[in-house]
Amino acid sequence: MLAGTSFKHEHLCAILTDPPQDGFFEVHAENYMGAGGPPHRMLTALREHHALSLHGVCLSIGGPGALDQRHLARFRDLVLRYQPALVSEHLAWSSHGGTFFNDLLPLPYTHATLERVCEHIDQVQQAIGRPLLLENPATYVAFASSTMSEAEFIAAVARRTGCDLLLDVNNVFVSATNHGYSAADYLDAFPLERVGEIHLAGHSEQRDDEGALLLIDSHDRAVAPLVWDLYRTVIERIGPTPTLIEWDSALPDWPTLRAQAQAARRIMCEEPRHVPA
Amino acid sequence: MCPPDYSATFAPGLIRPQHPAPAHVVAHHGKGVVQRYNVYRNNVTVSLIQALADIYPAVQRITGAEFFRAMARFHVRATPPASPLLFEYGRGFPAFIAAYPYAQALPWLADVARMERAWLDAYHAADRPALDAHALAAVDPACLATLHFEPHPAARLVRSRYCAVALFTQHRAEGAAAPLPAHAAEDALITRPEGEVIVSRLPAGGAAFLHALLAGAPLGAAANAALDEVASFDLGANLAGMLSAGVFTALRPGD
Repeated sequence: MLAGTSFKHEHLCAILTDPPQDGFFEVHAENYMGAGGPPHRMLTALREHHALSLHGVCLSIGGPGALDQRHLARFRDLVLRYQPALVSEHLAWSSHGGTFFNDLLPLPYTHATLERVCEHIDQVQQAIGRPLLLENPATYVAFASSTMSEAEFIAAVARRTGCDLLLDVNNVFVSATNHGYSAADYLDAFPLERVGEIHLAGHSEQRDDEGALLLIDSHDRAVAPLVWDLYRTVIERIGPTPTLIEWDSALPDWPTLRAQAQAARRIMCEEPRHVPA
Repeated sequence: MCPPDYSATFAPGLIRPQHPAPAHVVAHHGKGVVQRYNVYRNNVTVSLIQALADIYPAVQRITGAEFFRAMARFHVRATPPASPLLFEYGRGFPAFIAAYPYAQALPWLADVARMERAWLDAYHAADRPALDAHALAAVDPACLATLHFEPHPAARLVRSRYCAVALFTQHRAEGAAAPLPAHAAEDALITRPEGEVIVSRLPAGGAAFLHALLAGAPLGAAANAALDEVASFDLGANLAGMLSAGVFTALRPGD
């Protein structure tokens, strides 16, 4: 199980007739929280032959409010039903005051938010009976109240909750560009030994108030060359790690998407593992 | 200890374009945060408009993308989703369309939207076997009038004063537009007997009959309700059509 892709229903027939080599598929958990029908039928067909990664996008682990217990129960039920190899969620929030915003929104990195995020992850891990992979976000703003870096915050969460980490290399690149820090420094502070999955995706470009480059985590195109370079440095340090190509809009055909996963696979197979002294 | 509610200050501007960026939000080197916060506003609004476009493709084809996106933007701002399950979103959209001033020239648009919402409910409904016609044949004729029909979880009825079924069918997928039938007033039946959702047009009286059955009326009373509306109501043909469309999942004898 080395390199996988987002699973899109449009690709099911192509996948079943031309399956990937030791690949896996990732689905957004929320798309399979209906009672029945074609979504579950397609996921069941896929799961028969392939490993699955269940990626939650709406639990609001990074929100100040209590977790939605009904939503957590639905998430747990999917884990039990499909027995995914990987289960992940985001360091972000998406609901507030009864409204769901359908975006991964940022949080300040403080001792108080650290407490709350750890409580939420404890609840999730207790519900699903296994460690969660927590994903680093792509962000466009910071908070005046933050007292630690994102990498320090994530390291503290992993240490305290025992959760594993989903390192989104595109998000590291996007956030480093947007906040004017070095992606390499971020990775140096990141607990790479806890990384159980990697995400790669394409990003788009906008401009900030000063006309400087602002990168958007858009998931609508191929992985950028500089992100591949950064990925290669991660693989050199931690060895082959299940890597997923996220592509959620402006979908390509299956061979194009699969070629991105094969590129990740080649990097993992070619790079000799660096053994720290 | 409860952390200060950063989400309470961050959230309101996400769907209110006139709100300034939140005061506690910053960027490095004292950079401005207007365009940066706008990324989140844009993600939220555009993704929710897209969610409506995904649920209501026929409505969008009828109105055109520009009209649809403007209408959807109003709705997203007035009624953002309450659930993280986006396939539950947009239940208020048909009523919003019916009241939308710019859509008054398309009085049947809301009915097409109701059909699309019902289609998605049928798509995600629980899996249950459809009632076998033989089960009905086995019922003692003396007990038929008091027999109850348990609806299949996917079964939906949408009544329209317009040719909503033809409009739905014509615009649901890309392709050349077929000429519309001249007759009006179509009642739509939406079911999912096997794997796929099917949409069919109910014959005369079928909607009154099915409406009564879905509301829990026994067969005799439902047939009378249909006959009250359409004197020529054909009970046998309607029931056979509904059974083959998978409207029911079980029979329950009357008391």
